Amino acid sequence: MRLLTGGLFSGTLGWLVLLFLAAPILLVTVVSFSSAAYLTFPPPALGLRWYRAFLGSDSWLAASWLSLWVATVVVVISTSLGTLAALALARLPKAARGVVTGLILSPMIVPSIVIAIGVYYAFARYGLVGSPIGLILAHACLAMPFVVTSVTASLSGLDPRLEQAALSLGATPWGSFWQVTLPLIRPGVIVGALFAFITSFDELLVALFLSGTGAVTLPRRMWDDLRFAIDPTIAAVSTLTILLTAVLMGCAHRLRRKG
Amino acid sequence: MSDASLSDAGAASPPLAATRPARLRLGPLAPWLLALPPVAFMLAFYALPVLGMLSRAVLDPGWTLVHFQALGDDPVFQRVLWNTLYLAVLVTLGTLLLGYPVALLLVRARRMAPLILLLILLPFWTSVLVRSYAWMVLLGRHGLVNEAMLALGLLDRPLRILNTPLATQIAMIHILLPYMILPIANTLRQIDHSLLRAAAGLGASPWSTFRQVVLPLSLPGVAAGTLLVFVLSLGFYITPALVGGPRDTTLSMLISQQVDQLNWAYAACLSAVLLATALVIIGVFAKICGLGGGAFRMSAR
Repeated sequence: MRLLTGGLFSGTLGWLVLLFLAAPILLVTVVSFSSAAYLTFPPPALGLRWYRAFLGSDSWLAASWLSLWVATVVVVISTSLGTLAALALARLPKAARGVVTGLILSPMIVPSIVIAIGVYYAFARYGLVGSPIGLILAHACLAMPFVVTSVTASLSGLDPRLEQAALSLGATPWGSFWQVTLPLIRPGVIVGALFAFITSFDELLVALFLSGTGAVTLPRRMWDDLRFAIDPTIAAVSTLTILLTAVLMGCAHRLRRKG
Repeated sequence: MSDASLSDAGAASPPLAATRPARLRLGPLAPWLLALPPVAFMLAFYALPVLGMLSRAVLDPGWTLVHFQALGDDPVFQRVLWNTLYLAVLVTLGTLLLGYPVALLLVRARRMAPLILLLILLPFWTSVLVRSYAWMVLLGRHGLVNEAMLALGLLDRPLRILNTPLATQIAMIHILLPYMILPIANTLRQIDHSLLRAAAGLGASPWSTFRQVVLPLSLPGVAAGTLLVFVLSLGFYITPALVGGPRDTTLSMLISQQVDQLNWAYAACLSAVLLATALVIIGVFAKICGLGGGAFRMSAR
């Protein structure tokens, strides 16, 4: 029985929009396997030349490594601090909870350009422009809301009696956290960590201001290239990042459904 | 840490009697101690830097409103603000018209549902930079769109689409569509099917069931999607800078240009205007529809 009926027209339109959504992603993937020296479609033949160009370029590889390790450090900082914040929010009095929530979730609402120039304005005075440290500190703040929302969602589904039981059986607060609370909220923590990784790995606006010449991340390297030419190396890099984010976000999506 | 060391001291002696008083003394303080590190981190590396930058709008050199007053007869600012708002309205309408049928399709589908969800989520998970690049490839002079239309004989010479306002609009609608589809699909999924059966049983045609039952019940999702798309599109920078024309500057682009020229007071004023616009819109939606920041939690990719 089709209860939510939508006419033939809306169904067709829906599929056309889905095609519109998917086409650019598929196109970039196809172009990345082109054998041509410039962007043409359809590619005259398929090959791996642009992947070889990517792997043979020191600057592309350096940018990739920088992005990967910056994102990894961001995951460690934002996941641990974000989990602390979520635990605190569940216990704080109502007024304080509002203020802390507002502070920690606000990077989702404040336009990225405002955050980017704000940190640039302050970090420039402390020599944090052109250094991975500046990027890590700013990216960790951008990633924090994702960890806090995800862990808070897990905590809200947690039976407080389990913690009380652990405490009354003689567990220390620290012990009950590690042995009872953390295992139960682990899916939420992992989802938060995955979001934090992607947030930092894909981030461009803060990097535009903080990268300088000493800390060029992968998105920043792509941006610099795109300003001059759209050579297919970027298609190869894009395909690799699409693959990486799809795998990580796919994991997060499955975990969140289960949790 | 202090939590742990206190209780470790207690663990050596008979457990319950010794740890309880310690925990009681720490009890009311514990949430504050937990909150301290993340709050201090966010203040030091995000909130205070942004507020410090914004303060340049009114403290340059001393307390003054001169920079805000100057915006009143600044033709560049007014053109850019108008352009940004116009773009945001257009993109919001575009995503609403194109997104609603997809949300219906997603909720109605059975076997195809995983495929449809994948087609929505795959672009959603891909970074804005990569998607903007994809549109550069598609819309360029020798891009797929032009080549296809030439091959079909619809054109005799390539159209200029890239670096026009149309390219920005198409790419932004593409990028923001999932933010509209997902909240609408969420509310559609919650509609009680017995209502639809009742409508059909009372003789309503599918179209009037949709108009009188489904559409009104999905309005909260429409409102959440509209809020998300509108506020996010106000701050767009990467896409208009890459695929847009040289003349259609957005507020974010103007801010970045002013920073490049070290014109901090002007950049801070523009940032305050951008932030205030976003907050006012969120406030209005919160008042009318009872949703505000909550919608943004759904924005997690």
